[in-house]
Order: sequence, then C-alpha cells, then structure tokens
Amino acid sequence: MGKPKVAFYWCASCGGCEEAIVDLAEGILKVVEAVDIVFWPVALDFKRSDVEAMPDASIDVSFVNGAIRLSEQETMAKLMRRKSKMVIAYGACAYQGGIPGLANLTEKEAILDYVYRQAPSNSDGAANRPQQHTRVQEGELELPEFYDMVKALDDVIDVDYYIPGCPPTPKITLRAIEAILQGQLPEKGAVLAGDRALCYECDLNSTKPEKLLVSQLKRVHQVIPERDKCLLAQGIMCLGPVTRGGCEALCVHGGMPCTGCFGPLERVRDYGAKALSAVASIVDTTDEKALAKAFEGLPDPAGTFYRYSAPASYLERKRQTV
Amino acid sequence: MNNGFKPSIVGFFCNWCTYLAADLAGTSRMKYAPNVRVVRTMCSGRVDPQLVLWAFRNGADGVLVGGCHPGDCHYQEGNYKAMRRTNLLRKMLPQFGIEPERVRLEWISASEGERLRDVMNEFTEQIRRLGPLRSAATKKEEAAA
Repeated sequence: MGKPKVAFYWCASCGGCEEAIVDLAEGILKVVEAVDIVFWPVALDFKRSDVEAMPDASIDVSFVNGAIRLSEQETMAKLMRRKSKMVIAYGACAYQGGIPGLANLTEKEAILDYVYRQAPSNSDGAANRPQQHTRVQEGELELPEFYDMVKALDDVIDVDYYIPGCPPTPKITLRAIEAILQGQLPEKGAVLAGDRALCYECDLNSTKPEKLLVSQLKRVHQVIPERDKCLLAQGIMCLGPVTRGGCEALCVHGGMPCTGCFGPLERVRDYGAKALSAVASIVDTTDEKALAKAFEGLPDPAGTFYRYSAPASYLERKRQTV
Repeated sequence: MNNGFKPSIVGFFCNWCTYLAADLAGTSRMKYAPNVRVVRTMCSGRVDPQLVLWAFRNGADGVLVGGCHPGDCHYQEGNYKAMRRTNLLRKMLPQFGIEPERVRLEWISASEGERLRDVMNEFTEQIRRLGPLRSAATKKEEAAA
C-alpha cells in the first residue's frame, strides 16, 4: 500500500483555511512526506476532471473548507464525498457556516440588489445582474446558482469529522493529521479540538471572579483592556465560557476577546442561543432600563452570537414571510 | 387575514409559582384559551434561550415564560436571569425576522389563577394578531424535504 491520498478543497471561504495549511510551516514537510496530495486547487494544478477520473473512495481523506453558497460548491462537495473514504469539514465555515453564513440574516434578493444596484461602486446605473444563463454570440454561458441561503458542509454531504476554527490553528490541524495517520480517531462525527470551554486553557482564567457580574457590556474599540485581567470581568464580551477550547486562547493573548470561532461545546445544540444566555445572565441589574442601557454595548446580537454559526443554528436564517 | 388561525404556543412555567397558578386556574374551573402547551420547568431561569428557539423551529408561533415575582424566586435569582435573557433574546429576534412580541415573560404567583387566565387569553390573542410564524410556503417546503 502506498502513502495515504489526501485532498484539499475550498467552497465559500476566504482562503484563510488554505493559509492555515501553509502555516504548518516546516510541519508541512512531515505531512507531505507521509501522504500524497492528489488534489489542492489553491496550490497544485489539478482539475475537476482529474478528480472525476479517480475511482470512487480512492482518496483516503479530503479536507473541505468553506460554506455552501453556490450550486457548484454542492456539486464539488458531493464529488469529494464520492471519491473519499473520509471527509473532514475543515474550519468554521464548513463546520457551521462561518462568516459567509451571516448572509442568512439577509434575504437573497436584498443581497443581490445591494451588490448590483445600491452599492456606491455601481456607477454605470445599468444595474446589470449576472444571470445563470447568458446567450452570447459564441454560445450559452452558464454560472452556478446562487442559493437562497448559506449552508454548512454537513447540510449537503455526510461529514466524518470536524476541525473548527477561523482558521483552525496549525497545532490542532497537525494533531488531527497525526491522529488520522496513526488511526487513532475518535467516534465518527467528533469535533477534533478541545472538549472543554476555552476559559480552562486561558491564562486569565485565574483572574475571573467566582461570581462574574458586570454593569455594562463594552465593545472592543471603546476600552483599553487591562492586560492581565479576565476580559469578561472588564465587561468586554469574551465568549470563552461557551466556546470550545483547543486554540490556547490566542486571541485573548493578543488582547482581543474570544469571538467563538471554535463553536459550541459538546452538549450545546445552538451556539448563539447559549452565548446569548451566558452573556445576558452576567449583567448585574434587575431594572429593565438599566438592562437596555447595558445591552447598548451589544448593537448586533445576532452577528455577535452567531458570527460563525448562523446556518447551523435552530433558526438557520432570517424568517421567510412569502 | 388570519381567519381560523389557531396559534400554537409553548408555555414554560416555573414549578413554584406559574405552574401552581395554572393548577389553581384549573381547579377553580376557569376557562381560558387552550392554545398554550405547558411545559413545567423547575425555574424560569432554567429556560435556556435554546429551548425558545427550538420551540420556534418546531412550529410554535409564540413562547410564554412564566416565573415568580421579583424577589420571590425559589432559587434566589433565577427569575432575574430569565428576565435578562428574555430581554436580550427579544432584542435579537428581529434580526431573524421574528417579532419580539412572540416571546413574553410574565411573573405569575401561585395564588394568581385569574391573572394566569388573563395572560393566557391576552397572549393567545396577541399571537393570533401577529399571524403564523412560518409562512405557508415555508411549511410546504418543509413538508417536501
């Protein structure tokens, strides 16, 4: 038997997850030594037809990052699924929809209208919109369908494991690859990161008061945080208590609060609702007015709590009224 | 518009007060709107916002949370937590296109059977006016899926 065959693919993503693979730095040499990379559009010149030509289930592991926004991405995800023994949803977007998933808070029509008509950069006034099918002299051009909503990877294919993060850190990526190579994977469906809340691995955890109460929620640009004190205790909305650990609190080390990219803990089904619950309960007031005032520091609750997980939430998207 | 619309409402009632108020209303033979399906919880502070959204996802048109009056919580401050969470949840729901009026938090003590009856009737009427949470098209889509 030769080296395990590995593929990387990207859907609706920013490229940060691809960057994360490169961030393995010299660690990538170990990986490349141990596996054959058979498909990686961002770095290697293979085409879709090359994948199509492979026998089914001939790729050992596919790492797919990005959410599903276009029909082409769904087609590719299904192709990767068919050709692979194991598919890993890599990064926050593939796992729960990620940043692109925030588009589910806006209707498709409103998005297209803004981008192709209202946006100030549209100066020609023509308000042309790309069509799925366009006839030109040379024949018909076809674009993928822009879906009604953004989906997570497991909304369209069966996913074996999840690696969270925006992007996943080199450490958890390497650990996952090692686990695959050594055949030491947990049960199917597991999230390959920490299994406790981020606070447990945060240096500032010892400064978190036993009973955490704040009178005002603050946004990061409004305060200069004390560097050696729990950010949440300073009223800065750090989502560490409800977020899966594994990143070693990198953001907090850099003076920024956790925004929740590692997603929910094991028993939580709706990350945003849990985060909302946790944040609301630490506000130290019983007065409705003071409460409204405290929540002024939180002008965009859905965007804050569902920053990486709107498509995977119970509500999934903005309510459809028609 | 909403002729014949019968709202489905989920009520999360605290074991120590609102649930007892519902008992009292029942034993007192009070009549009120039958639209609220009651779930007994140990405390209104136990009502995780996840439960509210789960109810909406599964067809509820409104959610009523009943807790003890301020200062009366069996667990000291569970009702205050419920208040803060409901408040923030109601601020967030419009971003998902859901009217905040679909979630209501009420303090109803064990002796307030009449108040329970009034709240049940009022809230049912309020949801009836708001109409179904999910459009016919969404329901059709779901049925097809």
